[in-house]
Amino acid sequence: MNEELKQQLEAKAREIRKSIVRMTGAAGSGHPGGSLSAADIVTALYFHEMNINPQEPDWADRDRFVLSKGHAAPVLYAALAERGYFPKEELLTLRKMGSRLQGHPDLNALPGVEMSTGSLGQGLAVANGMALAGKLDQKDYRVYALLGDGECQEGMVWEAAMAAAHYRLDNLTAFLDDNGLQIDGPVEEVMSTKPLIDKWKAFGWHVLSIDGHDMGQILSALAEAKNTKGRPTMIIAKTIKGKGVSFMEDQVGWHGVAPKPEQVTQALAELE
Amino acid sequence: MTKIATRDAYGNALVKLGEVNQDVVVLDADLAGSTKTAKFREKYPERFFNMGIAEQNLIGTAAGFALSGKIPFASSFAIFATGRAFEQVRNSVAYPNLNVKIAATHAGLTVGEDGASHQALEDIAIMRAIPNMTVIVPADGVETEQAVFAAAKHQGPVYLRLGRPGVPVIYGEDYRFEIGKANLLRTGTQVGFVATGIMVSIALEAAEALKAEGIDAAVLNMSTIKPLDQEAIIQLAKTTGALVTAEEHNILGGLGSAVAEVVGEHCPVPVLRVGVKDVFGQSGTPAELLAEYGLTKENLMEKAKQAIAKKTC
Repeated sequence: MNEELKQQLEAKAREIRKSIVRMTGAAGSGHPGGSLSAADIVTALYFHEMNINPQEPDWADRDRFVLSKGHAAPVLYAALAERGYFPKEELLTLRKMGSRLQGHPDLNALPGVEMSTGSLGQGLAVANGMALAGKLDQKDYRVYALLGDGECQEGMVWEAAMAAAHYRLDNLTAFLDDNGLQIDGPVEEVMSTKPLIDKWKAFGWHVLSIDGHDMGQILSALAEAKNTKGRPTMIIAKTIKGKGVSFMEDQVGWHGVAPKPEQVTQALAELE
Repeated sequence: MTKIATRDAYGNALVKLGEVNQDVVVLDADLAGSTKTAKFREKYPERFFNMGIAEQNLIGTAAGFALSGKIPFASSFAIFATGRAFEQVRNSVAYPNLNVKIAATHAGLTVGEDGASHQALEDIAIMRAIPNMTVIVPADGVETEQAVFAAAKHQGPVYLRLGRPGVPVIYGEDYRFEIGKANLLRTGTQVGFVATGIMVSIALEAAEALKAEGIDAAVLNMSTIKPLDQEAIIQLAKTTGALVTAEEHNILGGLGSAVAEVVGEHCPVPVLRVGVKDVFGQSGTPAELLAEYGLTKENLMEKAKQAIAKKTC
């Protein structure tokens, strides 16, 4: 592992976390917890892994990212702004009337958003379609998707899981942001999705289990996924909801509540 | 009279379309033999994708294809394509305004013996309530083929409603279907039938029978339910002064409702609606079912007379 790269990415992830705090604070609503848990994964994708060009968002050969857990829109918007798809100042318009930064991602509103999501369970099937089209056209682009652990309660996730393995979509890599919490409480209490590893293996996926906040492990997993042939790869990333902000970490209450101004100040100080 | 099922015409049209348009891909959910997409599968196996009995994934995958520059035709029975996968159609196709064509067969009562669980009588209402969606219900095989090509040319989501049994061919090969344009098949001065799908040929029969009784009835084929050809409806309301709608669908929310909305706002005249009266169907032959639920020439004639009578009250 290139230590310099790792440090660069960790610094980017901190910036993205700060943006998440600022934008949800300014919006007065939104989903900071599940955005912060996915910040390292999304950073690795947008600042190292994916072959993309912010100047040409619709470039036909680009890699694609589908945020299936669409309520984590702040992490996607923060990464896109940081990467130069649109001005960072615009992040503060999140969830405001007329903003391109809709409460859940709208692909027709904002450049760089690959799919309109928000209704859980639907993103992986769309990623499958992109991956199938890539195979059909013999293109080299790769498709990435990010799902939540609670999201795996949706039956459609497993329809898509089955199809991705059936069609041997080795150009598809999915992350499971396993932060253990959902709106009503711990996933284990609401409706257990465990054992996640066994389930995805049983559905025919190459499954990796990592610490979703360890940049080195994220990059290694992505490299292994790229070299895995004949089946899609699921990277189950153990994460902490609200990661990086002490009072949000592992707290169910921070799923869909925005920080107040003094909490924004405290969170930003912690993230410095 | 020659009969062809609109699903057969769909299958044949897909093969022709696939030859001239390499971007067309076809997805099905384990019903390729019934929806007739199997014909496309035989010819272009690399562009055909069976998604298994998983309609939500069928629609979501089609959205992904559309996002990658393909023109996906996703097929299943109407009840599953619009019912089971409603929210995928709404959120993953219509909201992002993706170029997905949902071609659903076995719509309406004429599914027949499979019974109520398989007889979609709500699909027109559901699909026309979704923004960005175009809703097409072809009347015969010729119009179906044209509609398939028109749907492929149209940028955006399309719902194409097709049927199981053979229906009379009413159009010649010179007919040109256009999305959003109703087709006046028969002029008339006393009453106007506005029909869609299999009810168009039945309305033509009713109009012919009414002629023998001295009643001059027009027949308008409303093959595009959305966007609705308001001008054609207003014109027919003005020239006849009384309308009868006819659809193989629940009387709530479908063609009858759409026509009544336009007439009520622009040219109020009596509108009587023929359709399934907010009940579920049952097993039976298509002919038995159409008779049982009043989707017949006789009922259309009766309703035409009632509509004319209402003009004077």
